[in-house]
Amino acid sequence: MKCKEGKELLNSYADCELDLVSHLQIEQHIKECPECRRAHENILAMRSAMTDDSFYFKASADLKARLRSSLKESKPELPRSSLWNWRWMPVFASALLLVGVSIVALTLLRPARTGEDMLAKEMVSAHIRSMMTDGHLMDMPSTDQHTVKPWFDGKLDFAPSVNDLAAQGFPLTGGRLDYIDGHPVAALIYQRRKHVINLFIYPTPDADSQNRVLDRQGYNVIHWNKTGMSFWAVSDVNVGDLQEFSSAVQK
Amino acid sequence: MALFRSENKSSNFEETFLPHLDAAYNLARWLTRDPADADDVVQEAYMRAFKFYGNYRGGDSRSWVLKIVRNTCYTWIQKNRPREIVSEFDEGLHDVETENPETILIRDIDKQKVREQMEQLPAEFREMIILRDLEGLSYKEIAGISDLPLGTVMSRLARARGKLQTALRALESGGRAK
Repeated sequence: MKCKEGKELLNSYADCELDLVSHLQIEQHIKECPECRRAHENILAMRSAMTDDSFYFKASADLKARLRSSLKESKPELPRSSLWNWRWMPVFASALLLVGVSIVALTLLRPARTGEDMLAKEMVSAHIRSMMTDGHLMDMPSTDQHTVKPWFDGKLDFAPSVNDLAAQGFPLTGGRLDYIDGHPVAALIYQRRKHVINLFIYPTPDADSQNRVLDRQGYNVIHWNKTGMSFWAVSDVNVGDLQEFSSAVQK
Repeated sequence: MALFRSENKSSNFEETFLPHLDAAYNLARWLTRDPADADDVVQEAYMRAFKFYGNYRGGDSRSWVLKIVRNTCYTWIQKNRPREIVSEFDEGLHDVETENPETILIRDIDKQKVREQMEQLPAEFREMIILRDLEGLSYKEIAGISDLPLGTVMSRLARARGKLQTALRALESGGRAK
């Protein structure tokens, strides 16, 4: 990595906005180049100065009250789009009827799918999606659990536990936000040799449950609930490895 | 029925967008640099957001409303302080080479001075720092809000921080020379 290239990327590096390869290159470059290291420290120092409350201007209670009352005043007489005209009602009604009939027909004709099935499918899709394009796999590439965990703060309304499992043969490589089944979900990315394991975590009201091993579209999936969190491990590693991974996570 | 629907609309709107009022105000306050003007701009932006609420398709509500606030701010600046907008400025033509501020370690940061110098930055640079460092948005979200390509966000933010550091360092050395 040349110093000039490094300099251009220092800001994106500090913001964790680089792809894994460049991120690691800069990490290395900063270790070797005192000038860039100082520059990096300056960026961090400025940024932390700005976390001071004096930088963030909050809306006054007065503005909030004014807004609420203007919203109330402008409530009636909303311009409606012509779609809502009554003469379209028969069209809507028949369209609705058609949709209704199709749904009933589909449910009757197809074997019932359980919620778990649907979710497993979504998890596998999310896993595949994460592998499909460069740069989608990780929002926060880091092998350091103390970097990945705080990264989720403020992005999620729960705190996933993040553990590096390098000692057990599953090094942590980063974290990502995903959106599955209508919830924001934490995705932790681990590696087994050259294979990627996505571990999806989100809160669940369901009770703790044992591992459920599924396979979908050639991917192995293990699902369990523990202490109010739902876990889904998805990968193309073999079932044995994935089970080993799941016990390492649960330890 | 009509009344029911619109009441619903208004309370949904409030539920979705009032939580972002501080973010909206903070952006407007930094862009207009005046508390009363920021109030007016936010009020106008929220009324516009309400009007266009029918176009909102779910998703990131903060970015959606911030985009409207930002546009309202720029319209306001154009009308009230037209000279502040460096329109059509070219990313490549400005003082890239002269800004190489990162090599000396900033020893102590006077927050008051940082705020003053932030206000001196051109709005296009200032907003990058507000959205990233104060609002904590990702480059992608900032690109969406400001209608800029990701690469431009990246370079503009880097230059905004560079400019800020240069200005602070100039103050520091000026202070010492006295």
